Amino acid sequence: MALDDQKSIFTFVGTRPDRPDGLDKVTGRARFGADAHAPGMLHGAILRSPHAHARIVKIDASKAEALKDVKAVVTRADFAEVPFEPGLEGEFWNVLENVMAGEKTLYDGHAVAAVAATSALAARDALKLIEVEYEVLPHVTDVDKAMEADAPVIREGAADYSVPEGMHPNVVRYHESGHGDVEAGFAEADLVVEDSFVTEATHQGYIEPHACLGSLGTDGKGELWCTTQGHWIAQKTCAALLGIETSQLRVTASEIGGGFGGKTTVFIEPVALALSRKANRPVKLVMNRSEVFRATGPTSSASMDIKIGMKKDGTITAAEGTFRLQGGAFPGAPGDMTAMCAFAPYNLTNVRQVGYDVMANRPKQAAYRAPGAPMGAFAVESVLDELCNQLGLDPVDMRLKNAAAEGSKASYGPTYERIGLVETLEAAKAHPHYSAPLKPGQGRGISCGFWFNHGGETSVSLALSEDGSAQVMVGTPDIGGSRASMALMAAEILGIPYENIRVTIADTASLGYNDVSHGSRVTYASGLATIKAAKHAVEKLCERAAAKWGIPVDAVKWENGCAVPSGPNAGDFDPLPLADITADMGATGGPISGHFEATPEGAGVSFGTHIVDAEVDPETGKTSVTRYTVIQDAGKAIHPTYVEGQYQGGAAQGIGWALNEEYIYGEDGRLQNSIFLDYRIPVASDLPMIDTVIVEVPNPGHPFGVRGVGETGIVPPLAAIANAVSNAAGVRMRQLPMSPPRILAALKDK
Amino acid sequence: MIEVHLWSSLRSLTGGQQVVEVEAATTGELLKELVRLHPGLQAPIDAGVSVAVDGRIIATGLSEPIPEDAEVYLMQRLRGG
Repeated sequence: MALDDQKSIFTFVGTRPDRPDGLDKVTGRARFGADAHAPGMLHGAILRSPHAHARIVKIDASKAEALKDVKAVVTRADFAEVPFEPGLEGEFWNVLENVMAGEKTLYDGHAVAAVAATSALAARDALKLIEVEYEVLPHVTDVDKAMEADAPVIREGAADYSVPEGMHPNVVRYHESGHGDVEAGFAEADLVVEDSFVTEATHQGYIEPHACLGSLGTDGKGELWCTTQGHWIAQKTCAALLGIETSQLRVTASEIGGGFGGKTTVFIEPVALALSRKANRPVKLVMNRSEVFRATGPTSSASMDIKIGMKKDGTITAAEGTFRLQGGAFPGAPGDMTAMCAFAPYNLTNVRQVGYDVMANRPKQAAYRAPGAPMGAFAVESVLDELCNQLGLDPVDMRLKNAAAEGSKASYGPTYERIGLVETLEAAKAHPHYSAPLKPGQGRGISCGFWFNHGGETSVSLALSEDGSAQVMVGTPDIGGSRASMALMAAEILGIPYENIRVTIADTASLGYNDVSHGSRVTYASGLATIKAAKHAVEKLCERAAAKWGIPVDAVKWENGCAVPSGPNAGDFDPLPLADITADMGATGGPISGHFEATPEGAGVSFGTHIVDAEVDPETGKTSVTRYTVIQDAGKAIHPTYVEGQYQGGAAQGIGWALNEEYIYGEDGRLQNSIFLDYRIPVASDLPMIDTVIVEVPNPGHPFGVRGVGETGIVPPLAAIANAVSNAAGVRMRQLPMSPPRILAALKDK
Repeated sequence: MIEVHLWSSLRSLTGGQQVVEVEAATTGELLKELVRLHPGLQAPIDAGVSVAVDGRIIATGLSEPIPEDAEVYLMQRLRGG
């Protein structure tokens, strides 16, 4: 799409109206995953493994089944009756293995059986009567140890084509990319810094636990209500795991209390449906917080080695990174994404990056905003900060000197289209935060960050009502304010007020397939489809006006919500408002609606730059973030308040990841901090006011210039905070989280 | 002919070549030609790839046109959260 075709003057886009779901959410009227009920409903509960790695010798559920309140018990055998040959394979098999253990339990918390009973209490009590005999096996939870020669093998044959010969079977994917000659580049450098870094696994930390209500008959027809980022993928996956036809399962997405990537797959939904099929009654399943931590996707933990060479003037001569990501007991850790994103902000002549996907006895990792990118940025941007410190360079000037721009060759290969990194760095340099004096004991950190963004399969319908209002049906759950942004984009095309448009998240029986709300794709892809659907409706409105006036349709144009005659032979007619056309649409050809479906492929990459001030208490090791500024390219901000919210949310989650959050495993391989009291996410008192600057460098792939904004905001914080803390403490912090014990240890070793 | 740049670790499947020349007008044709010339590339393509054409990343589409002199990179399938 040529930039000349892009709309750049807006009436509704760029304004900040009230959110359409606001009242429902503050009054408790909004219905989340656990708010569904059905006549005759049963309550489910899941028995989970207490072992990190064990063979299941025997499951005896007879005592539980004998209870009068228990209506069904399921184990893996209830998922095995898949009628389609060759049965489940690939990721569907992995998801099934995660949803309900087969021959082995692979991590602490792995599901082994489930019960449906007449009350939640009866279901939990019945779990205690299920006898499971385990043969406990050796386990490994650390990524580096999982790669060692004597590490226990989690699953033979899990590695794919990419893994070089001789690697441990726990290494299941391998990625290598880059260009130029890194050794020659290092030889040109005035200074080479080489260092290693570690990040621990963190959870997405959504406030709403997984919850669903499933109903499945013996005829293979079912209904599912669940909290999810993608109800079509839930439909497809549940149908595959239960051996039913996809179209026979209707899935409705509830309101969602946070997802951040963690609700892009299924955990309890197939279990609820399997219990329902066996009991012939609806079954509700709701996880408690401990189950969320133990058995749903945290992000990967990582171990990384970085080497960067630089000239005295700040020019990077070569960069090399090795990124080992642990993804739980299944393939899927995004080592490739970490590798491709880590050096992407910079225009490098010589670069090489290697990524490993490593299995360990932990829960199956799930996506978490820009999966894989934050860890890599932490390692790379820490080394860049160290180079600046040792060479006496300004960290923003150094980044500007090396920044990728339109025409630069990306570290992952292609040449960049129009991008906005330089603009974010220039905005950082000009921001009062960057020149504000620091108090004694404080340090300042800078980091850039990159994310690809995504398009994905998308379908949108728009229907006009007789009174001139409009309803828009999208298939992407609203995880970040998308109903407001869709309404603004539809208003911009139709020329009717924002308040006259209602946006609904349609269920799987009401709209064509929609990819998950992930990859920062919703405002881009569903927005693009909404614009096209609205234009489709406008074409029909113009046809009705042309017919009324008796002139050709190409002599009618749409302006400010009205059909108007256009051109020398169009005649002289008063503008015809949308509501006047829809008022008698039943008599002029029938209902007017618009539709669009496609897989948009111009998502456009995104960059951000963060500035952080922090101070460290040398007596307690506690870190306080005293000032934070996020600067990010949004392409075009449709609803700026929501964009700012995404920026602030990324920074807040990044502060938690950098300073406190981590999965802590004992020697026995069991998770030791599976509640929010022990797994500490930031609360309001931990956060400064997070300032935001929206940079707008239009994306050539969207009619309004939109770039996704949901993920890039979590890429720079780990590094920016680590650089601020390292500069405040006077010692380089190489491991996250920088919790008080680690800070104290680093200060002691200084 | 279109030069398709592969990521480095695919060299083991192409006899050491990191750039492969193919005749193709669309992304779908390009993937088929890559497999015809180097059958070992079937596995990574089945696992999921994206194609960058003149810097624009085509995540999944097989019917996207490829101009004659386009810069083309094969990339691993992108995943998001």
